[in-house]
Amino acid sequence: MAYGAHVAQVRLESVTKRFGEGDDQVTAVDAVSLDIHDHEFMILLGPSGCGKSTLLRMVAGLEDPTSGDVYIGEEWVNNTQPKLRDIAMVFQSYALYPHKTVRANIEFPLKVRGVGKAERAAEAQRAADVLGLTDYMRRKPGQLSGGQRQRVALARAIVRNPAVFLMDEPLSNLDAKLRGDTRAELVDLHRRFDSTFIYVTHDQVEAMTMGSRVAVLNAGRLEQVGTPQDVYDFPASAFVAQFIGTPPMNLLPPGVLGTDDVQVGIRPEHLLLTPGGRLQATVTQIEHLGHEVLLHAESAAGRLVARLAPSAALPAMGDSVQLDADAQHMHHFDATTGVRVS
Amino acid sequence: MKRKLRDLPPALLMLVPSLALLGVWTIYPLARAIDYGHKRCDSTFRNCTDAGWDRYSQVFQSKQFQDALMVSLKLAVMTVPIGLVLGIGLAVLADKHLKGIGIFRTIFSSTVATGVAVASLVWFVLLQPQIGVLADLLSDWFPKLKNPGLLNDPDTALPAVALSSIWASLGFTFIIMMAGLQSVPRDLYESAYVDGAGSFRRFTNVTLPMLTPSILFVTVVLTTRALQSYGEIALLTQGGPQSTKATTTIPYLIYGNNSVIHNDIGTKSAAAVLLFLLCLVFAALQFRGFGKRVHYGN
Repeated sequence: MAYGAHVAQVRLESVTKRFGEGDDQVTAVDAVSLDIHDHEFMILLGPSGCGKSTLLRMVAGLEDPTSGDVYIGEEWVNNTQPKLRDIAMVFQSYALYPHKTVRANIEFPLKVRGVGKAERAAEAQRAADVLGLTDYMRRKPGQLSGGQRQRVALARAIVRNPAVFLMDEPLSNLDAKLRGDTRAELVDLHRRFDSTFIYVTHDQVEAMTMGSRVAVLNAGRLEQVGTPQDVYDFPASAFVAQFIGTPPMNLLPPGVLGTDDVQVGIRPEHLLLTPGGRLQATVTQIEHLGHEVLLHAESAAGRLVARLAPSAALPAMGDSVQLDADAQHMHHFDATTGVRVS
Repeated sequence: MKRKLRDLPPALLMLVPSLALLGVWTIYPLARAIDYGHKRCDSTFRNCTDAGWDRYSQVFQSKQFQDALMVSLKLAVMTVPIGLVLGIGLAVLADKHLKGIGIFRTIFSSTVATGVAVASLVWFVLLQPQIGVLADLLSDWFPKLKNPGLLNDPDTALPAVALSSIWASLGFTFIIMMAGLQSVPRDLYESAYVDGAGSFRRFTNVTLPMLTPSILFVTVVLTTRALQSYGEIALLTQGGPQSTKATTTIPYLIYGNNSVIHNDIGTKSAAAVLLFLLCLVFAALQFRGFGKRVHYGN
């Protein structure tokens, strides 16, 4: 059987999850509706505590929704046990059994499903081949590096050939270099498996580089769903505008460039040193990053960051500068609700 | 090397309190016991003659010691596995996130604050043939509870002592197992659950393996406690019932008022040193036997 033979979209309809009771009640996920297409690599992105992991856990069946409906394929799965949902999950901590060998860890999901010994061994070997773990099959997780453990966790997920892969910040325990390498491998894995991936992260770089689409969550609410480029170019709210992009978008207080009921946002790469520009500021810091220069400046509208080419004529620290942006690169958000106006 | 030498005086200074306590309460008495073990003394313990080091071998091979050793081993066999199973069982039950579970945790762990004397007294009263609640309630099914009473029958005296001992140790076992359970990452259970493992499989594949350090620790402690059981024997059966020696463990043989070697400090010391060695050997065997199966996390 080839990997990725299943077809599975995941549909969430007004899914809400509340924890606690009475005054202590907390709404972790608030009426989220989301269609995740078949074979899609969907990223659930948001800051800590925004409800993205809770949402993933409801898809997995580890949490029951307080209200709303969860569908995998055409099946309503609110009351379906995780083992019957045709999903596999990769945890942030990898959740490998420390007392079992790599082989036994990979075989475990098959063993509990009553798959015969020979078939188990063959499937585990196949998964290990895909992830380059063949030489480590007899080792225990404690004898592996972080990256290798992460691969074992992935192998344990793919060995069952599930319809949907759920991943809860699987790269967050890796160092920066390994994280970069593994990002590319995960994208490759998704391409080879052609399965539906739902991937939780708070790291916007992971979201931008890996996802077919990104769902941005804030305080339990879904702020925006779109391709990474859409979310970057047309943020649906001031929150998304500031959350996506490094450095974040400059958000000017209402009335500075426009009317009193609108906040204007400008990406650092669109904020230009412009003689006669409308934003007067004093340079407080200049960061040379090699391929670009980040110019930090203090203005009456607050702190501003401009991304400049390294070849640009740079002011000195403490210099007074004028900054401005083209109208087409200005994003307008409602001053009260933060929702995009234009 | 120079630095190590320079660190030695302050290190020794800091170790003095621990070394002093260990020396006064453990090493010195042990050395004295080893010394007494090959001596024959009068009742004042002041006039002693050398009885030779083979005294240890003679004591070990004596009928009294062999009988007491068997009783001690039987007590260990009765108390350790049952105590472990009950401790793990209660801990697993109390680990559930249910409303009011804190009350049960307190109840289950309460015996840890109960001394051997109190526990023995409780069971002495419970098992009393005339006034004991258990005798009143269960004598229809177990007539021995009334006549002659579990503690008065040579066949049931040791199991009755074991019952008291298990109950007294249960709080300790429960607390250690609870601590062990709480340190098991929840992700492991969730991962197994997502993979399709039912509760029994999660218990055998996650709980038990992750509890092995606690299980090893409790096994060693409970075995040592069983081999060193004295208080419950002295209070419940005085090594008897009557002259049967059915509950004369090695510690009772050494310390008990009814012991046949009551006034023989040399033999008592030799038996005490042999008991120490026995505990040491058992602990070493348990560490060696179970050590490879014990998993200390990742």
